[in-house]
Amino acid sequence: MGQKLTIEPVTRVEGHGKVTIHLDDDNNVVQTRLHIVEFRGFERFIQGRPYWEAPVLVQRLCGICPVSHHLAAAKALDVIVGTGSEGLTPTGEKMRRLMHYGQMFQSHALHFFHLVSPDLLFGINARPEKRNVIEVAKEFKELAVQGVMMRKFGQEIIRATAGKKIHGTGAIPGGINKNLSIEERDFFVKGKDPLNIDKMIEWSQDALNLFKGYHKENRELVDTFAAFPSHHLSIVRKDGALDFYHGVLRAVDAKGDKILHDVDYQNYLDYIGEEVKNWSYMKFPFLKNLGTKNGWYRVGPLARLNTCDFIPSPLAQKEFEEFKAYTNGKPNNMSMHMHWARLIETLHAAEVMRDLLNDTDLQGRDLVTKGKKISEGVGVIEAPRGTLFHHYRIDKNDLISMCNLIVSTTNNNEPMNRAVRHVADAMISGQKSIKEGMLNAVEVAIRAYDPCLSCATHALGKMPLEISLYDKNENLLDLKTN
Amino acid sequence: MNQLIEFRLDGVVCMGQKGQYIVDAASDNNIYIPTLCNIPGIKPRGACRICSVRVNGKLMTACTTPVSEGMDIESKSADIEDLRKAIIELLFTEGNHFCPACERSGNCELQALAYRYQMLVPRFKFQFSKRTVEASHPKLIKDHDRCILCKRCIRAIKDEKGRSIFAFGKRGHQVEINIDTKLSKNMTDEQALEAAEICPVGAILKKEQGFKDPIGQRKYDNEPIGSDIENLALQ
Repeated sequence: MGQKLTIEPVTRVEGHGKVTIHLDDDNNVVQTRLHIVEFRGFERFIQGRPYWEAPVLVQRLCGICPVSHHLAAAKALDVIVGTGSEGLTPTGEKMRRLMHYGQMFQSHALHFFHLVSPDLLFGINARPEKRNVIEVAKEFKELAVQGVMMRKFGQEIIRATAGKKIHGTGAIPGGINKNLSIEERDFFVKGKDPLNIDKMIEWSQDALNLFKGYHKENRELVDTFAAFPSHHLSIVRKDGALDFYHGVLRAVDAKGDKILHDVDYQNYLDYIGEEVKNWSYMKFPFLKNLGTKNGWYRVGPLARLNTCDFIPSPLAQKEFEEFKAYTNGKPNNMSMHMHWARLIETLHAAEVMRDLLNDTDLQGRDLVTKGKKISEGVGVIEAPRGTLFHHYRIDKNDLISMCNLIVSTTNNNEPMNRAVRHVADAMISGQKSIKEGMLNAVEVAIRAYDPCLSCATHALGKMPLEISLYDKNENLLDLKTN
Repeated sequence: MNQLIEFRLDGVVCMGQKGQYIVDAASDNNIYIPTLCNIPGIKPRGACRICSVRVNGKLMTACTTPVSEGMDIESKSADIEDLRKAIIELLFTEGNHFCPACERSGNCELQALAYRYQMLVPRFKFQFSKRTVEASHPKLIKDHDRCILCKRCIRAIKDEKGRSIFAFGKRGHQVEINIDTKLSKNMTDEQALEAAEICPVGAILKKEQGFKDPIGQRKYDNEPIGSDIENLALQ
């Protein structure tokens, strides 16, 4: 008799979702789905609010990377207040960049150390009670401390630039509401070990080496697990450099050919569509010129390193060259290499923070610029989990009349579903009995994308994910939750 | 010459001027009595009741009651403090106050009082009143969700002939603040800012000013409301 496996909730991801895997009578996988079951709402209830409230209100849809939403909204409003995407004062733009790179640093550290390291250190098949950050802290104390302190450092950067570690108010339309004082700067530059930028760069390199060591010992697993060809999309700086804060939209196919040629994201609706499916609250974005079937793409660290031409910081560039050489300069389509890419980005974020902290523009007093107001603006930023779109329209009275968000994880909806299918085919299909480790393997694939399911559905709520097993007649046979 | 009189506040012997309102006399003695609708220098109304004190055994509003010789005033007893907390809770449950996204957060007197009185879960049911945001005025936005009907704007913001620019409109539980479009036609940016700042909450907002004060530099970020008065006593 056929079965339906349900993983509910999927654990060690941000947000609440479940996976269903349908098996036939011989336990062959016939269908897999990652269901996102949270409720959406932000796009609707921001309507009717004053436009300058958006960066502070909309960021509330996430507690992990609210800075991304804060800045994407602020960038859209820069356009509306006539500053334009590139018209900020040096202090305004660099303070925002510091805020954003601090956030990338803390979010990537959280993901690698708190969420992923248990799988790498104890193995995918380790007992569930072993596969968690508490056990990491017990057995690898130094590593756990590094993870906690790296996250703390990034959070402190956010506090110094946005006013609070979570849900600050720093970015306002046309600029920023504070600069960085000398005391605040010195806290990061001359801070007592380990809370200083030099130590953060050193630890970022250590984390990268940890992954590379794991890769060396588990090459087949890392290179083949949930590996599949896809398109990749991100913003890149106009000269092709990796840039998390601002740039043009670029997409490449699995062979590296450009399929979206460095276009202005103000016109994103000309290039990107969103498909709705009746079994998920999360939409399915696609490139319009390729259609719903073939237009899906990946975003996030792997996509960013596949689309950019170089990384504008020396240590990360060196790592980038090694990363690119591994696939002979072609796009890397291996899901587990997402961790590798993420850690290169972590190092890059640390290097950029160091350079910004030593830039005297951060002590400038010219914080805001404004020009002729218009009624519509789009802000795009590279959030830790990928490309994030914020689009607003305002009415003649300055109230928001339309809001559209395409959140990073939403862009990765189809790739995550594909990753689940790949792992299910490779590890579950045809097996006589379903072991817990097999189901965790499905979660490992999802986890590689560092999904934020709350953000993706713009939800109000609950966190964890789950996996369930159904027979051919939709009878629930087994349910695994955390 | 003002006549000095002696009164007792929570058992402490204080000096005040004859005819001075209790809330002001207390302040001169470095004792804080909370207020919301009161504006120093403008005729008080006793609308919000947050300044309630017990005078010679009877509850009175400290902003409208003058001190007199030998007056015995109770302000910090448990029941009065709880009454004040209840008023704060009523205001929060009657309106729709979403502090996390409000640009007055940190500068809001109602929020500051809620922190001072350690309001957690209100004892009253939220009313989820259906209110609107009015933004047709070129310089100001009225967010009726946040209005506590204190009348500060009506009493303080006048045109050059002394006429109120703001007024109550509608009736009963639907009453709300209106802006006189004719009188406010020539409102300057300074007047608009004054109107926004006279509002103890975020019900009147000057357009395109939101979140200009960084966290940490807002009025109540570092010390509870009333500390400016109480700190003088410590010195």
